[in-house]
Amino acid sequence: METVSMPKLGFDMAEGTLVRWVKAEGEMVTKGDVLAEIETDKATVEVESGFSGLVARQLVTQGAIVPVGTPIAYITQPGEEIKESGKVNIGPEKKVESAAETWEDVKVFAATEPNPAVVSSSITVSPLARKMASDKNIDLHLVQGSGPGGRIVKRDVEGFKTSAPEATVSPVPAAAMPATQASKMSIPVPVWTGGDSARSDEVVAVDKLRTIIGRRMTESKQQVPHFYVTHEYDVAALLKLRKEVNAYLPDEQKLSVNDFIVKAVALTLRQFPNINASLDGDKITRHGHVNVGVAVALESGLITVVSKDADLKPVRLISAEIKDMVSHARQGKVKPEYIEGSTFSISNLGMFDVEHFVAIINPPEAAILAVGSAKEVPVIKDGEVKAGMRMKATISCDHRVTDGAEGARFMQTLAGYLENPIQLMS
Amino acid sequence: MARITMREAISQALWEEMERDPNVFIMGEEVGVWGGTYAVTKGFYDHFGPDRVKDTPISEAAIIGAAIGSSIAGLRPVAELMTINFAFSAMDHIVNEAAKMHYMFNGQMVLPLVIRTVGGGGRQLGATHSQTPDAIFAHFPGLKVVAPGTPADAKGLLKAAIRSNDPILFIEHSTLYQTRGEVPEGDYIVPIGKSTVQRPGKDVTIVTYSKMLELSLKAADELAKEGIDVEIVDLRSLRPLDMGPVIESFKKTNRAVIVEEGWKSFGIGSEIMSRIYEEAFDYVDAPIKRVAQKEVPLPYNHTLEQMAIPNVSDIIKAVKEVL
Repeated sequence: METVSMPKLGFDMAEGTLVRWVKAEGEMVTKGDVLAEIETDKATVEVESGFSGLVARQLVTQGAIVPVGTPIAYITQPGEEIKESGKVNIGPEKKVESAAETWEDVKVFAATEPNPAVVSSSITVSPLARKMASDKNIDLHLVQGSGPGGRIVKRDVEGFKTSAPEATVSPVPAAAMPATQASKMSIPVPVWTGGDSARSDEVVAVDKLRTIIGRRMTESKQQVPHFYVTHEYDVAALLKLRKEVNAYLPDEQKLSVNDFIVKAVALTLRQFPNINASLDGDKITRHGHVNVGVAVALESGLITVVSKDADLKPVRLISAEIKDMVSHARQGKVKPEYIEGSTFSISNLGMFDVEHFVAIINPPEAAILAVGSAKEVPVIKDGEVKAGMRMKATISCDHRVTDGAEGARFMQTLAGYLENPIQLMS
Repeated sequence: MARITMREAISQALWEEMERDPNVFIMGEEVGVWGGTYAVTKGFYDHFGPDRVKDTPISEAAIIGAAIGSSIAGLRPVAELMTINFAFSAMDHIVNEAAKMHYMFNGQMVLPLVIRTVGGGGRQLGATHSQTPDAIFAHFPGLKVVAPGTPADAKGLLKAAIRSNDPILFIEHSTLYQTRGEVPEGDYIVPIGKSTVQRPGKDVTIVTYSKMLELSLKAADELAKEGIDVEIVDLRSLRPLDMGPVIESFKKTNRAVIVEEGWKSFGIGSEIMSRIYEEAFDYVDAPIKRVAQKEVPLPYNHTLEQMAIPNVSDIIKAVKEVL
């Protein structure tokens, strides 16, 4: 019997939500099959089975929040019996009156179901009232409970009147100016006739990804002392090389500017182990692998896909891998290895005609590179103004890990690669 | 319709079925010459003779064992156990043989066997003779368990039981024999495994059966004076358990009290409550309550015994608590 556990999909992942079982109990899996989908702090990812066999038992229910390392399923060989090693009790703490000791269910209780009438634990409400409120879209926070201990019951929901303000707005009288006034001031004062055509406010719930981005970025900005170094790169040679290479490649394999930047950054990072690092308390880990995270804008927010060992891979492989990961991410399905283990990140807004910008560090990484657009600009060379291709990039660094001089040297070393791009083709 | 006692209703059912089918016979302690401990079979011995009304030794295991054998051989025994407390002496025959033989021998034989017995407390018979262990018997697949609360149901259910090819435990209540009720004229049966609404209402559902039906009806009358409209569902059969009318009623009232005479732990109320939560969770408007016997061996002392058994005011109190 093999045990599949909740994988750790990032440095600081503590728990994940099991969003969906892809394989049901009793189904056969072969190693590498997608077993379940898990929502982590960063994205929804697919968990592959590390074993072949029978999904003998699912230990957690869909929607459950499961700590990293906790068994989620048993895979057995045909005819093999499940040997329970222990009981798993996870889930929101439910108040079970006087039954705490008899709590033997190995199934994990599902987290609160997605439900418009989700209420905080401070409100008690009967199941019937909860369902009625959900059906009628009534916010239970607004309902006064009349049952024991203030429990909201059926009669309270039935008797609840929506107290939303009436949607009638008294119209502002039009034509406030008398039309017959024979004055030289013949240009009429525009009259605001009310907000009929104005769009009404839209309130949208903050989804999980948005919440996570918000929390992580706030933490980063508040706790990580950022400093920024901006450098302007001559990318004429890089753009020329890219054009030449792409001439030989089919459309779906063409290289982007960013693919070259990933490779150049990776090679640079190999020379700056202190920037390819993360801080944990009083220790700095200088990572042996160079894994470059590439920020990808999705409809729902932002995730970072990771180009592993980018310093060792040819640009075309880097490009192919990133394309594949981005296409999965756009469909909302990311495998764990796509997003785990980045040691440095790149955020590239070059396609949006951006001069330059600064990015917030993605903890626990020590730095992030923000890349602007490549533009044709006047440059002075040998006392003459000439046309040139320039691209600005800004590195944000964690001052607890590194200092300005090192950041500047990093940017300079990066110039060595970007401006002599033939090195990237090795 | 005639208004007769539970005793008369049961007696009529037995008499009519024995007249109808010569394979039906009665056996048990003192059922013959004496006419039964509760006088249900008075006059049977003289009319049907010693071959069809058999007095047995005081051995419950022997009674049930012989009844099982004769049922397999093609007869339709109605075996009487003087009280359900004595069924424990015949437990192996009841739950390991009667309940399982049809299954274990691949349907090669049927067991058209009725075990008539008497349960319940309240008559100062002491801790070992006053029990309500209905839930224990209802636990076993293969054994049907029936416990009527009205004379009409008692007659119809007993006739259905005698005509059934399954082993059936038919539990009468020791304090219901004098209870009178309307009973239809002529031959009729009440199907086994069908619950029914004994009193329609809209505010709260009481689920009960047997003796506790009588108390629940009294409680409902009291509550009606306060404007509380109680619906009462009578289970009648504990296995097969028909939750249909219970769920239907609960979906209407959203509140329930389950009243049983036996102990609360692992009891009938536990089962009914679980099933309501499983089948109608979104209709629950208040925690369901159980009224049941205090968790003590039933005292002999009259006052203490009455305190331990559910009474009308216990039911009224529980109903008000769920409202």
